[in-house]
Amino acid sequence: MNVDLSLLAPEIAMAILGLGVLILGLLVPKGSRHGLGWVTALGLLGVLGLTISGWNNQGFLYEGLFVVDQYAIFFKITFLTAAFLVTLGCMRYVDEMGDQSEYYSMILFATLGMMVLASAGDFMTLYLGLELMTIAFIVLVCFRRTETRSVEAGIKYILLAGMSSAVLLYGLSLVYGVTGSVVISEVGQAVTTEPVPALILGVAMLVAGLGFKISAVPFHMWTPDVYEGAPTPVTSFLAVGSKAASFAILLRVFVAALPGLWAHWTMLAAILSAVTIIVGNLVAIPQTNIKRLLAYSSIAQAGYILVGLVTASEAGIKGVMFYAFLYVFATIGAFTVAAYFYNVTGSDEIKDYAGLSQRSPLMAAVMVISMLSMAGIPPLAGFVGKFYLFKTIVDNYLWLALIGLIMSMVSVYYYLRVALVMYRDEPVDNTPISLSGPVALTLIITMVATLVLGIYPGPLSEVVNTAAHSFFLH
Amino acid sequence: MDGFPVLLTILLAPVVAAVIMAFIPREEHMLIKCIAATGTFISMALSLYVYFAYDQSLGGLQFVQQIPWIKDLGVTFFLGVDGISLPMLLLTNLIGFSAVFASWNVNHRPRDFFILLCLLIAGVMGTFVAQDLFIFLLFYEVVVIPIYILVIIWGSTKRVTKEYAGMKLTIYLLIGSAFLLVGVIALFMKTAAISGVPDMSFTGLARAAQGLSDFDQKWLFALMLFGFGSLLSMWPFHSWSPDGYAGAPTAVSMIHAGVLKKIGGYGLIRIALYVLPVGAKFWAPVIAVLGVCGVAYAAMAALAQKDLKYIVGYSSVSHMGYVLLAVASLNVIGLNGAVANMFAHGIMAALFFSTIGFIYEKTHTRWIPDLGGLARQAPRLAVAFMLAAMASLGLPGLVSFIPEFTIFVASFKVYGGLAVVAIAGIIITALYALRAGANTLFGPPRPEYDSLRDIRGPELVPLAVLGTVLVVGGILPFLLFDMVNSGIVPLMAEISGALQLGGSF
Repeated sequence: MNVDLSLLAPEIAMAILGLGVLILGLLVPKGSRHGLGWVTALGLLGVLGLTISGWNNQGFLYEGLFVVDQYAIFFKITFLTAAFLVTLGCMRYVDEMGDQSEYYSMILFATLGMMVLASAGDFMTLYLGLELMTIAFIVLVCFRRTETRSVEAGIKYILLAGMSSAVLLYGLSLVYGVTGSVVISEVGQAVTTEPVPALILGVAMLVAGLGFKISAVPFHMWTPDVYEGAPTPVTSFLAVGSKAASFAILLRVFVAALPGLWAHWTMLAAILSAVTIIVGNLVAIPQTNIKRLLAYSSIAQAGYILVGLVTASEAGIKGVMFYAFLYVFATIGAFTVAAYFYNVTGSDEIKDYAGLSQRSPLMAAVMVISMLSMAGIPPLAGFVGKFYLFKTIVDNYLWLALIGLIMSMVSVYYYLRVALVMYRDEPVDNTPISLSGPVALTLIITMVATLVLGIYPGPLSEVVNTAAHSFFLH
Repeated sequence: MDGFPVLLTILLAPVVAAVIMAFIPREEHMLIKCIAATGTFISMALSLYVYFAYDQSLGGLQFVQQIPWIKDLGVTFFLGVDGISLPMLLLTNLIGFSAVFASWNVNHRPRDFFILLCLLIAGVMGTFVAQDLFIFLLFYEVVVIPIYILVIIWGSTKRVTKEYAGMKLTIYLLIGSAFLLVGVIALFMKTAAISGVPDMSFTGLARAAQGLSDFDQKWLFALMLFGFGSLLSMWPFHSWSPDGYAGAPTAVSMIHAGVLKKIGGYGLIRIALYVLPVGAKFWAPVIAVLGVCGVAYAAMAALAQKDLKYIVGYSSVSHMGYVLLAVASLNVIGLNGAVANMFAHGIMAALFFSTIGFIYEKTHTRWIPDLGGLARQAPRLAVAFMLAAMASLGLPGLVSFIPEFTIFVASFKVYGGLAVVAIAGIIITALYALRAGANTLFGPPRPEYDSLRDIRGPELVPLAVLGTVLVVGGILPFLLFDMVNSGIVPLMAEISGALQLGGSF
């Protein structure tokens, strides 16, 4: 068997980087480990470059076990960008927690898990990637191990993640039992439009298992608690990376492996999406903690992205990929502000954000722009993203488009309440917040990206078009 | 000036001013105000140039700029002006420039204020010069955020809190735009399916939309009517307007009442009517009835108000009723009247709000029973007030007389009885406008206002600019009407076929 290792280069580089950071942490004395953040960030940048340079290098490995198409590469670029921004923006937060080498290597392994997940060509690889990612996240969620809330979040996450993995695995085994294959493309050929009940049950379990990962309602209960308790950079990466990776595999499983059952799950996806959008947005309204607010808003975002699954078409996949990419910048922008604010003031309460626009205009502006991009207000990126998502469903699911767009206007209500506090109120403590270089850089990157992708989305849209097209080529 | 991107310059001048201001120390109040004034002046001067350089005999879109933008959505960055958008563009810049001077006395965080104001002006302008639906939408909602922040920081709390006012303005605009957006996306998908190539330009959409079924045209038009109508404060979706204006700072009231809500009327003509004429024909009677309800209801409500801003707020709802009635007449005369009336009302409302802003600034009240005899202490302020009030009731010789007259002529032909009700609205308008003027300006002067300083220096700019336009537009109405006519006639020629064939209500 001829294995083209160049296809695996990003994953190999990532594994080496993760182990390297771990070993480096043991060699460097405890006091001088904050340089590890830079090593990680630059390493991620390197892997990102490697991944982008392999854009045209597509193929299969190990008889379809591992798929490298532009669809997977695009998602890998998304994860790596997210990991890079999270690392760059939250170095100070990590330094205050200590144990940098464990933290950064876990971030790297989680990213590796996502990359494997995006390329998974069969159920085994899928499960491997998913667990690698989840276990790394379990460690990360309870990283502030002296704090009760963080540990509580960790325990919640480990229990529910274990549960959902079990459900997912059972679903996968049922699908395997009916179709006799674990390779996604072969399953796709074996599944017929007249399903046996066991297959339906299997599909339902897949929905539940993956629904947990993307925190779709009614599998979202863990999200607010875990997002609130976890260290903020971890929350940010969990919201972006874990979610995007789960969407990558969700599309792969449903669109590529179960197209025969399309008629059965498409309505289910539409209803899940509608419920998620409504619940996420409505429950976000009374929140007073910024991390809980962002948690519920991220639930709503998952609902929007699910819209792309409903039509299971190239346009829908394109919408998901486009949205996932711009969601990285909006979410990381907002969470980086929250993390830095926590470092300075020790608070996550929205009311303590009073007067932030006067203490640090950049932080306030990034928070508002990120949130409004999530709400889909033009000319920010979220608007174009929603346009691509909703345009796929106006023909058959007009009601869903109406719900989605009206609820995104409702979301402006709670986003603007944060803006109200930051802009109208006078600060209690008047000292300006000075931003350190990497944080300022992260904030500027996310803000500029959100604006540019919104005003001039043409180039990204074309890249995504090719990537979505590659999904159907094999 | 061939090849020079005039429209882009007009659009970007306030944005550049905003960016420059962001880098100026926040204590430099005067410098900040001068930069804001310069930015808006450049836009105003250039749009005046464009207005008079536009070749009416040639007609159509001029000063066009096209850059391919998003290929798979068929979006081009398409700027251009014709006889419908030019008066609106000019209106925006006249009011924008005046608004900077009406806010000359803002000394609480002026840097933030003028940055947001300039972004707001640029956003409004963008909707009038965009000839592509997607680009139009980009600008359409840009304005929401600056408005919200301007209201919650610099607004005033009277009958309603400024937070309530700001949120009400925002939510109404956004919910309306959610429906509009659904309509736009559905329209885009359907036209793209008909013509085979995605095209978001107004002309491209209109051409492809001819292939839509009557049913599609009708429900798409209904969505757009709701979206644009709620922005135009169409009765019964008007209640944001008086509350919002009352809570907003002067400059925001000026821009919102003066031009922003006109985007609703402009969109109704330029997009909804032009692209979906069959739908328009179907819904026209509904628009007419809602318009007349708005005229009558809001005029009555204005009668009962004692807060000056509420009077003008309701009066603007009432005037927009005329615009709706005119649009519903679906003939050239009516649409001419609609666009001209939007221009006239914009100038008048902006002058009104700036005057009220000065009165409030100096007396700290807008409550009519607490005011009186101001003409003695502040004669220049009184001139501005009376000019605006007279324009509001449609005094011949001022800019708003001929547009209103035109609307009545056009709508009487089509809707007879309804038009009579609308004309009766004029009487009520005269009643509240004159009464407000009388109780505020005339009568015995009050001693507590003896030390009141009349408007002077930069404060005179709104009166000078807007007052001049009020008078010149009244004496030389052809300056406005020839321009509007050159835009409406070709538009109607394109859709007249569909209007005659389409089913009626």
